[in-house]
Amino acid sequence: MIAAAAFYVFSAIMLAAATMVVTARNPVHSVLFLILAFFNAAALFLLAGAEFLAMILVIVYVGAVAVLFLFVVMMLDINFVQFREGFQRYAPIGATVGAVLLIELTMVLTGWRFLPEAPQWRSAPIPANISNTAALAEQLYTHNILLFQLAGLLLLVAMIGAIVLTLRERRMPRRQIIRVQLEREVRDTLEILQVPIFAGTDEIGIRMRKAISEDRGEAAHEGAESPMLAASHAQSETEGH
Amino acid sequence: MLAVGIGHYLTVSAILLVLGVFGIFLNRKNIIVILMSIELILLAVNLNLVAFSASLGDLVGQVLAMFVLTVAAAEAAIGLAIVVVYFRGRGSIEVEDVNLMKG
Repeated sequence: MIAAAAFYVFSAIMLAAATMVVTARNPVHSVLFLILAFFNAAALFLLAGAEFLAMILVIVYVGAVAVLFLFVVMMLDINFVQFREGFQRYAPIGATVGAVLLIELTMVLTGWRFLPEAPQWRSAPIPANISNTAALAEQLYTHNILLFQLAGLLLLVAMIGAIVLTLRERRMPRRQIIRVQLEREVRDTLEILQVPIFAGTDEIGIRMRKAISEDRGEAAHEGAESPMLAASHAQSETEGH
Repeated sequence: MLAVGIGHYLTVSAILLVLGVFGIFLNRKNIIVILMSIELILLAVNLNLVAFSASLGDLVGQVLAMFVLTVAAAEAAIGLAIVVVYFRGRGSIEVEDVNLMKG
């Protein structure tokens, strides 16, 4: 009795939340109502005895998928007002399709029954003495291991696809490449030359002291212009290189 | 066993599915809400599977519901990645703008 009342309460909240997901003005509100709908669906799963699936629904959907939706809604800088423009235009089409679908589903749901021999065809009867999680694990890891691994492969492909789609390599002008830095050696950047002592000093006028002391009379004439001369000499030499 | 009849579960999930389909038509401009509507439809499918699993006493329905959940998670991730890439390129996520491949 309590379980039936709980079923009606949870399903009413879930349907109301789903309606708000579809009709909410702000997509952030839509995501939050989606979370509410997932929580109530998890409660319905619990009422049906699927405890593990209920927990998975809360963890995966509310914890991962809904948060992903929230991230994307908040990351994209969208003008939410203009989304409402086509609302009245498409509402009749949507209502028509929905009504047709609902009528079809009603016709399906009102005229069916289980075959009397259906319980004999169960491929995995729910065991009475172990918990739902253990029974599900036994099914999943023992009898459906290939499908389980296929599902894992699917998730891997989805992960790689999402990363490849959204990864954006920054083209910075001077990017730091650690490998190149570490592989650099001294001889790649620095060259040590064996220069003869006093080579080239005569031209740029550094080694004048001995000459000055030797012939002072001539040096007085030369010394006045020698710094200028040396500077121009050095400049021409660097430009030549 | 179920607390209420399986017909109640099926009715609720049928209404949920119709709401999802209605949402796809209603939110033609916002592709994120369309993705959420698809999540609602898949949730309705899961509800159906779990209800039948509990009603028949067969565990395979729950296993299948788990795989549906996996596919739904992968679909949401890929769909949102495509939305993000598309928004980067065009600055809009309106469905009607997606006509670049029209000849």
